[in-house]
Amino acid sequence: MKSKRKVKLTFSYILLALIAVASVYPAIWIVMSSFKAGDSLYSETFIPRQLTFQHYKDLFSGHSDKDLPYLRWYWNTLKIAVTSMVLGTIIQVLTAYAMSRFRFKGRQTAMTTVLILGMFPGFMSMIAIYLMLLQLNLLDSPWALVLVYTAGAALGMFVAKGFFDTIPRALEESALLDGAGHWKIFTAIILPLSRPIITYIGLTTFTGAWVDFIFARLILRSRENWTLAVGLYEMVNTYSSTEFTLFAAGSVLVAIPITILYMFLQRFLVQGLTAGATKG
Amino acid sequence: MGKAKTAALHGSSGRAKTAAWLSVLCMGLGQLYNRQYVKAALFLLAEALGVYFIATTLIRNLMGLITLGDTPTRMEKVGRLYQNVPGDHSIFMMIYGLVAFLFLALFLVFYVLNVRDAYTVGRLREEGREAPNFRETLRYASDKGFPYVLLSLPTVGVLFFTVLPILFMILIAFTNYAAPDHIPPKNLVDWVGFDTFTNLLTLKAWSRTFFGVLTWTVIWAILATVTTYFGGIFVALLIEQHGIRFKAFWRTVFIIPYAIPQFISLLVMKNLLNDQFGPINQYLRWMGLGGLPWLNDPFWAKVTVLMVNMWIGIPVSMILVLGVLTSIPRDLYEAADIDGASSFRKFRAITLPFVLFQTTPVLIMQFAGNINNFNVIYLLTGGQPANGEYSFAGSTDLLVTWLYKLTLDNQRYNFASAVGIIIFIIIASFSIYNYRRSRSFKEEDMIQ
Repeated sequence: MKSKRKVKLTFSYILLALIAVASVYPAIWIVMSSFKAGDSLYSETFIPRQLTFQHYKDLFSGHSDKDLPYLRWYWNTLKIAVTSMVLGTIIQVLTAYAMSRFRFKGRQTAMTTVLILGMFPGFMSMIAIYLMLLQLNLLDSPWALVLVYTAGAALGMFVAKGFFDTIPRALEESALLDGAGHWKIFTAIILPLSRPIITYIGLTTFTGAWVDFIFARLILRSRENWTLAVGLYEMVNTYSSTEFTLFAAGSVLVAIPITILYMFLQRFLVQGLTAGATKG
Repeated sequence: MGKAKTAALHGSSGRAKTAAWLSVLCMGLGQLYNRQYVKAALFLLAEALGVYFIATTLIRNLMGLITLGDTPTRMEKVGRLYQNVPGDHSIFMMIYGLVAFLFLALFLVFYVLNVRDAYTVGRLREEGREAPNFRETLRYASDKGFPYVLLSLPTVGVLFFTVLPILFMILIAFTNYAAPDHIPPKNLVDWVGFDTFTNLLTLKAWSRTFFGVLTWTVIWAILATVTTYFGGIFVALLIEQHGIRFKAFWRTVFIIPYAIPQFISLLVMKNLLNDQFGPINQYLRWMGLGGLPWLNDPFWAKVTVLMVNMWIGIPVSMILVLGVLTSIPRDLYEAADIDGASSFRKFRAITLPFVLFQTTPVLIMQFAGNINNFNVIYLLTGGQPANGEYSFAGSTDLLVTWLYKLTLDNQRYNFASAVGIIIFIIIASFSIYNYRRSRSFKEEDMIQ
């Protein structure tokens, strides 16, 4: 009995180790590649024979032969992601709060509409948005991208609504009796309690904008306005065979902030994920 | 007392109706009749603005939505030279028409509110009470109207950047807006009814692609969901086994694929699996196995996208299942131990039902999400390898990536919209089924 259990445990450890290797291998490989001398994809050994920081330096210095304004892309992405995070979070929290705490006429209709709108493939609206921005002379502007992300933020409100639903109503009712207005209740009672969900929404809208490829590619037309997602995609497609290590360095720098954020805020993410799952 | 009240009622009956009818005639008249002067002024102003815009622009724009323009761009003799004279731009006319339509709808809603308001205030006066003055109205609005204030900005955003574009795309499906012959400003676009759908389903070149891509989309969605879901359960159970140490460590390591931005890991995978130079094939060759055409063979490309999707998706399911596992009451297992149940039996009878029950809604939503899983396909294979039998699609293309290519690369907008509508119908039926199901389960209270 005991030896059987031991065999089972050993077997489990082997499996766990294998899965662990599979989980981290791509990440380690790309980090290794980013330090590899030369520019090709092919490497004879896993740990490169010659290590170099050259590719990271190259990213930030100008290229004469290639048009890769990496630093500028990084700055664009950061700007767009931070602005969309702030605006999107505000919109989403307000929407979810209104839907969760108030019973008003048209509430049920509004909820159903949000559900139905969520079922259309996101980029079905692509061409219309493109044409509208063209008319408004906003094409190729980072603010247009922020506008598109923010305008759609309200539709992702179900997770936050599920959170607000769990805050006991007695809290507000006693404040109402004390003569507090709606706005006062929201800022003084609800907001302080909502830190986890605000963190969750902020993080997801930030990463959403950080990694979005579809709308960024549609709206940002000129090279110097691109975001990292568009730039790196282009880098892989046009220079993959000749500049692979440069791409590797570029992706490492893009992935690091997001990965660290996610690892730190794991707890919130788990909460958010399960809240969204059970509340629908 | 009672008599006085009835007398007052009788004396002023019909005020509500009069006010309402006056408001139907023109916004604000009813309010004027109710002696709410500030409100009346505001409503009258709204009426004036509304009528002005309807007369000057909205009507023309709505007409444009119907005709989609009738003067094509043409060469005309101006003086001695032939010049290109711009004609109607059907697509812009369509968008303007839609915006006009939305404004008109908002105006009508406002109109109805105005009539209702006149009626309710009229009723108040019939009951012998004073009509509220403007300051009271404002206070009332800021109290009862608070949710509307909160929602006004999000609603405008959603209306113009989600609803309007979706309506536009739905309309596009019923036109002939497509390259090469119907691209404004060079040509006009016309309404064609259901022709696009009929062509998609019956015209050989289109139907072969459509049904081929649809079949693969369904197979993909089923396999992708099932593999990541059961993979997640398996990994979670592996970690939570009795006697496994460093549980937190394993969990953290396994979450890494989820934490890395998807587009990075997918582009990295694309290189990792490169046929000639990628390390995976390099290792296989070392072991004397010969490399596999991971991304270049129709069959292997499908296997590859499924495997990469597992790498990305299993952590998510694992997190979910780990959460459910902690919520299973311990005494169930203790009771099973006393009865001498084997660990497999415990899994079958306790763990699996619990996990399945709590995560089925997620499972169905993940299935719907996989139908629309743009990133994995587009960034990894781009729909390649090419398929000679398909028009504008490759072997691994899903309906969504096909839609994307039809729109951005090939300008077949009407077909793209038709495909989008079909995707919507598929997703909507799953979601409605899911919604109904989860509600009936909630009512049943299967697990206490």
